[in-house]
Amino acid sequence: MLLIPCPYCGARAENEFGYGGEAHKVRPETPENLSDGQWADYVFMQKNTKGTYHERWVHSQGCRRWFNVIRDTLTNEIQAVYEMGETPPEVDTKTYL
Amino acid sequence: MAQRYRLSKGGRIDRDRLIDFTYDGRKLQGYQGDTLASALIANGRHLVGRSFKYHRPRGFLAAGAEEPNALMQIGTGARTVADVKATQVELYQGLTASPVNAWPSVKYDLGAVNQAFSKLFPSGFYYKTFMWPHSAWHFYERVIRSAAGLGKAPDKPDPDFYDKRYAHADVLVAGAGPAGLAAALAAGRSGARVILVDEQPETGGSLLASRDEIDGKPGTSWAEQAVAELRAMDNVRILTRTIAFGYYDHNWIALLESLTDHLAEKPDDVPRQRFWKVRAKQVVLATGAIERPLVFRDNDRPGIMLANAAQSYVNRWAVKPGETAVLFANNDGAYQAALDMKAAGIQIAAAVDLRQDPSGPRTEAARAAGIDILAGHAITETQGGHRVNRIKVAPMSEDGKQLAGSGQTLECDLVAMSGGWNPTVHLHSQSRGKLRFDSDIASFVPDFAVQAERSAGACNGTFGLAAVLAEGETAGRAAAEAAGFSPAAANGHYKAASDGFTPARWLWLTPSTKPVGHGGKHFVDFQNDVTAADLHLALREGYTSVEHVKRYTTTGMGTDQGKTSNVNALGIVSEYRELPIEELGVTTFRPPYTPVTFGAWGGRDVEEFFDPTRKTPMHSWHERAGAAFEDVGLWKRPWYYPKAGETMHDAVQRESKAARESLGVLDATTLGRIDIQGPDSGEFLNRIYTNGWKTLKPGFCRYGLMLGEDGMVRDDGVTACLGENHYLMHTTTGGAADVLAHLEEYLQTEWPELQVYLTTVTEQYATAAIAGPNARKLLAELTGDIDVSPEAFPFMTFREGHVAGVWARVSRISFSGELSFEINVEAHNGLHMWQTIIAAGEKYAITPYGTETMHVLRAEKGFIIVGQETDGTVTPMDLGMEKLCSTKKEFVGRRSLTRPDMLDPNRKQLVGLLPDNPKDILEEGAQLVETVRPEPPMAMVGHVSSSYMSPTLGRAFALALIKGGQHKHGQKVYAPMTGDKTIACTITSPVFFDPEGERLRG
Repeated sequence: MLLIPCPYCGARAENEFGYGGEAHKVRPETPENLSDGQWADYVFMQKNTKGTYHERWVHSQGCRRWFNVIRDTLTNEIQAVYEMGETPPEVDTKTYL
Repeated sequence: MAQRYRLSKGGRIDRDRLIDFTYDGRKLQGYQGDTLASALIANGRHLVGRSFKYHRPRGFLAAGAEEPNALMQIGTGARTVADVKATQVELYQGLTASPVNAWPSVKYDLGAVNQAFSKLFPSGFYYKTFMWPHSAWHFYERVIRSAAGLGKAPDKPDPDFYDKRYAHADVLVAGAGPAGLAAALAAGRSGARVILVDEQPETGGSLLASRDEIDGKPGTSWAEQAVAELRAMDNVRILTRTIAFGYYDHNWIALLESLTDHLAEKPDDVPRQRFWKVRAKQVVLATGAIERPLVFRDNDRPGIMLANAAQSYVNRWAVKPGETAVLFANNDGAYQAALDMKAAGIQIAAAVDLRQDPSGPRTEAARAAGIDILAGHAITETQGGHRVNRIKVAPMSEDGKQLAGSGQTLECDLVAMSGGWNPTVHLHSQSRGKLRFDSDIASFVPDFAVQAERSAGACNGTFGLAAVLAEGETAGRAAAEAAGFSPAAANGHYKAASDGFTPARWLWLTPSTKPVGHGGKHFVDFQNDVTAADLHLALREGYTSVEHVKRYTTTGMGTDQGKTSNVNALGIVSEYRELPIEELGVTTFRPPYTPVTFGAWGGRDVEEFFDPTRKTPMHSWHERAGAAFEDVGLWKRPWYYPKAGETMHDAVQRESKAARESLGVLDATTLGRIDIQGPDSGEFLNRIYTNGWKTLKPGFCRYGLMLGEDGMVRDDGVTACLGENHYLMHTTTGGAADVLAHLEEYLQTEWPELQVYLTTVTEQYATAAIAGPNARKLLAELTGDIDVSPEAFPFMTFREGHVAGVWARVSRISFSGELSFEINVEAHNGLHMWQTIIAAGEKYAITPYGTETMHVLRAEKGFIIVGQETDGTVTPMDLGMEKLCSTKKEFVGRRSLTRPDMLDPNRKQLVGLLPDNPKDILEEGAQLVETVRPEPPMAMVGHVSSSYMSPTLGRAFALALIKGGQHKHGQKVYAPMTGDKTIACTITSPVFFDPEGERLRG
């Protein structure tokens, strides 16, 4: 059970949150200009990083706001949280083989 | 004779409190403070079970949680518990217990014939033998399951209740032995909030079973004093009978506290167990170590136990596990067990030592006490039916691989063995801390921590009481400091013995007169009957990874999860493969450390508390009307309203007919409602729904279809334009929460520039949908300020006014295909409105109908239900709704609709089905084929999504999704059912009734 520091409410248990997958995937403004492959990439493909990963969470059982989390997917260490639309803060990028 | 093997003094038992209990049908006695195991030993009972596969007689191997053999059925009736370790059961007045794996009795066990055929039961036996012919497995499985079963589950509901509790701690200390107590003292004195847990009824851990001293007094006295000091601290919580069984992310620790299992009378108002979920800033693991058996020939007879177990029975419970003992050891520490047994009056026939040159302080003390030490010797054979009575010992070659010379025979009824110690690293490993192999103790110890935890004492590979105490103290101080406290300087050091259990010699497999597998059995895993020969066989057959060896042989599985077997198995694999253990790796430790009752996981969240229940304001009326209810999401919805003597079928036919012929009324309160406001709300709806919204004027409603970005239908419903920049969206009953989340996600993450505000208002309204040819007449009677004429109140509009004397918003929309009005009032007026409608509708024979009739009516019209006709793989085109997808604007999911797969003409598409026999009601979910074969496989072309008997059509009908179905109207498909029955159907349009929509627009 992760302890997630919601930027608006403070640290809360994981079961108050919903997961939103990879962060900073921007919905294309004109999807019709994308090839089938490019669109499929946007809709279906996510990075599967072992290590530092930028992802989205929503505090569903709390303030209901979305925000970004930087999490080491191997250790589950939460390296930073920041608001939607913010530039990601600098953290040590953890990588593993 | 009662308690013949009870020592006359000593032990942590209360001799004034005699306890009667029943074991295997016999009445026996023990004392308060006994475990079931120690009480049985006091009565000379050593045969306590039969092994899993061979049904070999088994006795106690251990005295704690690692016990693999003594599995008991405790209690009777609804409270019976299966497969409990006798070593973990506290004795109480009237306890009944019996062994689990023996029939008809543990002494005369019929399953023991398996021993004679043991050559037929090698590892992988089941896979090899019973998989041919394939179809016969079902027969074999039945026989095997009944032969292999352990205890019996109760056949009545659990009469107990269970609690859950959340807690926070600055420092959680798992284990209240010397290291844990020292850690808790250090942390507690700093002011940190400490939770100290121990699985035992009293704190003290290993000190309870030892005669070691701390600071010049008995270890038990030191422990009592430490606990007294801790109890006096407000910031320290001590939980006994509480096992820390799971270590999860971010220092989330699961504890199981046992509250009533040890009581003779179970109080009604106390939960049986309490499940604690603790978030700890810092964790100190002080979980001790588990002694390792030696793997030698026929090492499983009753009376052969771990040296520390024998020592514990003598010291802690004052029982004699035998009259004449042999110590069989590879290390110095085990000699203390021999000394303690000797002090208790047990004769020590010899100490058989695998070491060539036994040395060390405890060895020397034993030698000085006159114990005969056979150096460089091995036990090569054991004898005795229900209890060991004789062993053979022989000298070994210098490398310990074989025997060197003939040996001797020793009479004994107890063999105390010790192969060294395995740190209990389970929780560290569960926390994903890494392990390393420590060759000094030939076992795994914590390497580095991943979470905020540290190990102290034996679980950290530190042996020797002085070092254990010092390490506990240091860990407690460090944890408190890391949690933000400032512990004072330690006042001096604990004074205690400094020796660990080494020097030792590591021989994973003890030689005997015959090669492994050719005489006797060298057990590695006692609970699963896995022998050294089984491991060798698995390796010969190519299962070389430890994970494969584990699964193929079942080593380390079962209720003890390999607490005594895992490292021995690794040692044997490592020798066979000639690879160092550190290169083999270890199998993964997973929670729970010991089995956890399902009831504890559920806690109070069972039965009616499993989920919240949502009821409409009209619920009490439905109940009085005798409605049967259906769960839709969390809602209780009337399913149908049976009259006396009616079946569900009868009721639904009657309700459907009434709605089509005169007037029906449905409680539609449960539809999700989202209030949408803001200057950009029209633009927002335009992006979220497939169809256009910019032209929708106040007072009008529109049906909308919502897709996921993948182009699949996600929800549908009617949205009303309440005013400029103000909309009320209706969602499906079950989809309301998901739809709101979907809308919020897009607003917050993709289009933050849109000014739109969403409010869920589902609970604010109550809705009655009146449907049928007389709906308008009834509405006219109930309202004074709404003009209900078709011209003034056309289809797909709404009006606000008063109905039944209260404010109402009436929408002229229809999910039944009939002339229909949905009357929305404030929720608190719901029951009033409903009752007024029912009373006024009497002259039209108004008939309340439930969800089943609603389904029939809408299916006759070919209206879909999201989640029934759709399953996340259905597009608007599949449903024939391409006209709802605007080509003039962008919307969520649009781009996906032109992906190649979406344009495939052979996709499953919505159709109607008419069974050839009008009385055949297809089963929902039935698979459809175009060509029927005598048996599967047959090429499936689709499935039935909705199926009913229609009184209006006078026949059964169905909706289905069929490959290319939109171009197959008129063709035949077949639904092969169980048995020989096949239902033939004709594919039709999905609209069966009033295809022009004259009734609903009329």
